[in-house]
Amino acid sequence: MLVIRRELVDRIVAHARADHPDEACGVIAGPVGTDRPERFIPMVNAARSPTFYEFDSSDLLRLYRQMDDLDEVPVVIYHSHTATEARPSRTDISLASEPDAHYVLVSTRQTGPLDGPYELRSFRIVDGQVSEEDVQIVEAYPG
Amino acid sequence: MSVEVRVPTILRPLTGGEKIVQAQGATLEAVIKDLDASYPGIGERLVDDSGLRRFVNVYVNDEDVRFMDSLQTPVQDGDSVTILPAVAGG
Repeated sequence: MLVIRRELVDRIVAHARADHPDEACGVIAGPVGTDRPERFIPMVNAARSPTFYEFDSSDLLRLYRQMDDLDEVPVVIYHSHTATEARPSRTDISLASEPDAHYVLVSTRQTGPLDGPYELRSFRIVDGQVSEEDVQIVEAYPG
Repeated sequence: MSVEVRVPTILRPLTGGEKIVQAQGATLEAVIKDLDASYPGIGERLVDDSGLRRFVNVYVNDEDVRFMDSLQTPVQDGDSVTILPAVAGG
């Protein structure tokens, strides 16, 4: 299960709407071993495409260096689908390379850049196997 | 030439869990061959018949080797090599 603060969900959705109809992408980092998404890091979709996303290679290096320095891991890796449902595509599955991450997908297909209903779902992708998990949205993390 | 190689999470099962390993070679290609000799299987995760795999990023001293000489990028004693799988999808 993914437990995530509402404010972070709102930021994912806002990023997806802002970049619609291109796919938006980013990471929410959290301290190693906590499985707790905390630091929201929107990334540029270097592909600038409605059907593909990819972090720019120098942004990627900077991101991982920074997470290393802060003892963080990518707890959530999110991206949007802008014309299809919020479920990993075949490409998403074949390229997934963080077995410990929650892959969060948001779909803006219903309202595009506008406010309104959206779909947001979370998955684990390990060795090409996808499993959906529950998302629990909280106001604050316990403790 | 001994270089330090930073290994991403997904490849650590091949390095016995190690995040930083040592390898030898005068080019990136030689370093990868040496890595594969120490940690069998890692080479094919990085390169295929046409060269460096499309969705694997390799940096020598923080420079993406695609903007240098790819597998022929020279490395020197003490250089650092970082491997990061692309974060990408459709």
